[in-house]
Amino acid sequence: MKYTPVIGLEVHVELKTKSKMFCSCSADYFGQKPNSHTCPVCLGLPGALPVPNKQAIEWCVMIGLSLNCKIPLFSKFDRKNYFYPDLPKGYQISQYDEPFAVKGSIKLSSGKMIGITRAHMEEDTGKLLHETINGERVSLIDFNRSSVPLVEIVTEPDFTDAKEVKEYLQKLQQIVRYLDVSDADMEKGEMRLEPNISLRPNGSKGLPKYKVEVKNINSFNFVEDAINFEIKRQTEILESGETPLQETRGWNEDRKKTISQRVKEEANDYRYFPDPDIPPIRWKEPDIENLRNKMPELPEEKFIRFIKGYNLSEYNSEQLIRDKATADYFEEAVKIDPAISSKDIANWIINKKINIDKILPATLVKQIVSAQSVSGVTGEELEKVLKTVLESNQKSVDDYKAGKTNAIMFLVGQSMRELKGKEKADKVKAELEKLLK
Amino acid sequence: MDYLDLTIIKAKELLSQKKISSVELTKYYLERIEKYDKNLNAYITVCTEKALNAAKTADEKIANGESGALLGIPVGLKDIYMTKGIRTTAGSKVLENYTAHYDATAVSKLKNAGAVIIGKANCDAWAHGSSGENSDYGPSKNPWDTTLVPGGSSSGSAVSVSAGFSLAAGGTDTGGSVRLPASFCNIVGLKPTYGRVSRYGIIAMASSLDTIGHFTKTVEDNALYLSVTAGKDEKDGTTPNIKVPDYMANLKKGVKGIKIGIPKEYFSKGLSADIEIPIRKALKKYEELGAEIIEVSLPYTSHAIACYYIIQPAEVSSNLARFDGIRFGNTRETFGPEAKRRIMLGTFTLSAGYYDAYYKKAMQVRTKVIEDYNNAWKKVDVIVAPVSPTLPWKLGEKADDPLAMYLSDVFTVTANIAGIPGLTVPVGFNKGLPVGIQILGPHFSEDKLYQVGYAYEKETEFWKEKPNL
Repeated sequence: MKYTPVIGLEVHVELKTKSKMFCSCSADYFGQKPNSHTCPVCLGLPGALPVPNKQAIEWCVMIGLSLNCKIPLFSKFDRKNYFYPDLPKGYQISQYDEPFAVKGSIKLSSGKMIGITRAHMEEDTGKLLHETINGERVSLIDFNRSSVPLVEIVTEPDFTDAKEVKEYLQKLQQIVRYLDVSDADMEKGEMRLEPNISLRPNGSKGLPKYKVEVKNINSFNFVEDAINFEIKRQTEILESGETPLQETRGWNEDRKKTISQRVKEEANDYRYFPDPDIPPIRWKEPDIENLRNKMPELPEEKFIRFIKGYNLSEYNSEQLIRDKATADYFEEAVKIDPAISSKDIANWIINKKINIDKILPATLVKQIVSAQSVSGVTGEELEKVLKTVLESNQKSVDDYKAGKTNAIMFLVGQSMRELKGKEKADKVKAELEKLLK
Repeated sequence: MDYLDLTIIKAKELLSQKKISSVELTKYYLERIEKYDKNLNAYITVCTEKALNAAKTADEKIANGESGALLGIPVGLKDIYMTKGIRTTAGSKVLENYTAHYDATAVSKLKNAGAVIIGKANCDAWAHGSSGENSDYGPSKNPWDTTLVPGGSSSGSAVSVSAGFSLAAGGTDTGGSVRLPASFCNIVGLKPTYGRVSRYGIIAMASSLDTIGHFTKTVEDNALYLSVTAGKDEKDGTTPNIKVPDYMANLKKGVKGIKIGIPKEYFSKGLSADIEIPIRKALKKYEELGAEIIEVSLPYTSHAIACYYIIQPAEVSSNLARFDGIRFGNTRETFGPEAKRRIMLGTFTLSAGYYDAYYKKAMQVRTKVIEDYNNAWKKVDVIVAPVSPTLPWKLGEKADDPLAMYLSDVFTVTANIAGIPGLTVPVGFNKGLPVGIQILGPHFSEDKLYQVGYAYEKETEFWKEKPNL
């Protein structure tokens, strides 16, 4: 390929605070009756004023910290002015030039660093529903989602392929789940992705003159498909000597392609200005340190600690820390019986795909103990049992010796029955083969 | 006795002695409104039934020995206060048939204190204006001369108190909208410190400048009213957690030793002699009362109006965006010319490429205006200044000249830019028309303003003069 993809990412993460970003309405809108979680503030009624949710701000800062961002001591909210029927105030409260977190980075497994431009706080909009009522086509507005807190995380255009993007997203999802600030369930819209993709000739340094933003992506797999589709589409355009349009495209999962939604003639003018209703936020260093201290251990640290502390392989450690519940389960199980090695526990959890919701760590350990005690059958005992089996099944022995090697499986079965499962089948098979030589 | 001579303090006394009832008092004002408001146009909506019910409740409470700072006191509210279940228009046809769904914090505080809301007072649409003439419901008229403007934008509220339609009235002051009409109508008007009174539920004009003030006949009444509305509100993030002092405590302490600053920039060629003469007289009186008069300088005064007319329309353009024609009844075409003008001005100054030259610059000037005042407070306790450069003008005189109208705010906007409080007190008459001064002080110094205002009022009692309706 003659071109190198230049990919950046905007991710919106919906926080799971109890109340909304600027009012005390419940933020748990999913599946609720339309307009049942509303008040003068999130409906944008005349005279209503926003009061920021402290928890949401702290969580935004924690997300910033976990992405190795700097937290400026001064920050503020701005109004982003635009018209849309789902935006009741005629502006969205967001952060423009002084977000809560800036200049971070995240390391991919390859060691490559992805730059985090910023993480800022904003409010969600309402939702439009287009329906037909009494034969009339109408648009309805549900304001339950209006003013639910969102954190927008923007990366530098540092990705060069879809795999990197996917890994980044998985890590980001893992982090917010570890922080317990969002469930980041893509199907519920709790995590929304917008990659922007362009191509530049190999070896060139500057950013391409155009950029294509892709929306409507609601799974990690689709993001890979969409990026790969775009790389192919843009390559073809560039090879024909043209430049792709600067535009917003939507991913169509059924047709497995992106479809043009909006061509940006020029940048929108949102007329940002500091929101006069919300005093600026001034942190002191100790405030930030307090938040840092409140943060739980993050996946990256846990990964390293598991390798060092429990003597696990990188693979096992990575598997265990994927979600925090599994990691916690593992650590609980390790504490129960010092005689059982942490490695064995890790292997059991991973290889036997233990359902951690159903099996208590103590139960698991018991299973491991009993399984391991079986290999306590001595070699002598084993040989004795096997010899008896061979003697009483002469026909199978003859068949085997005549070349019907499958006959050994019957002998294994008989032996296992005699051993009452106290030995592993492959070991029994190997021993039988030795005796039959 | 003639109810026209009542103040809140006096009415409370009579109510508690059961010499009058709140229902009688409320009926008295409703009848006056019925009789005289055809000429004055102070009210957009009169809440006869609700007011009488509230008065009845107040009387029952009084009978039960209950008390409340404003128990049984009829009060008018600028039609920009959200009042649950009552039509709230902001003086604009956009909200012609809009009924508020909730009470502003100031309204619930007034209700909790027992006030009887008598009606929703006329005002310039969205509080845009200095004369009251921008109301989509026709201008209010000055009770002292109905060919003159009463001052705006809280025009109807000022007229209500001046004409004896209520004992007090709520207004808002974004660039002088309480102080100016108070001075034109011979009443006391307070623009509190920014954040002292919650803005929650007051239809926003320019959020960083809006303050929730009120009109009364006397300084003492005014202090009582503020003790009800002031304080931190969890629903307004710009109300700081600063203790509300007892505004009545220092009221009568006099002005001996108080240092009164006179800003030389305000006594310049722009100030009409009609105004300057009574003010100089008032300053003399203050000297007699033991105050020290000291000249101060507020050099950024000349930039204040330009700064104000950048910041204010910018915020207006954003605040009015919610009236997008989808909700609230009427479409955007129903906005009047002044609102459209401010939306366009504000949209322009916030646009990419212009923001730095206008809005950002104006915010820098704002800092300078604040510094001006901070320097002054090193030398003086309060500043006394004219409110309007001229006497009330004729209805229609400036209606076609927005710039001339904007310039009438020249002495009032600096207090909004700096966020400091200002109290208008009547200082007499010239050519038969009222003149007021504004007493300005540092942030949260309302108690000091009341002390200074009261000393003068007690000596002169201009508030007792009443217009002939």
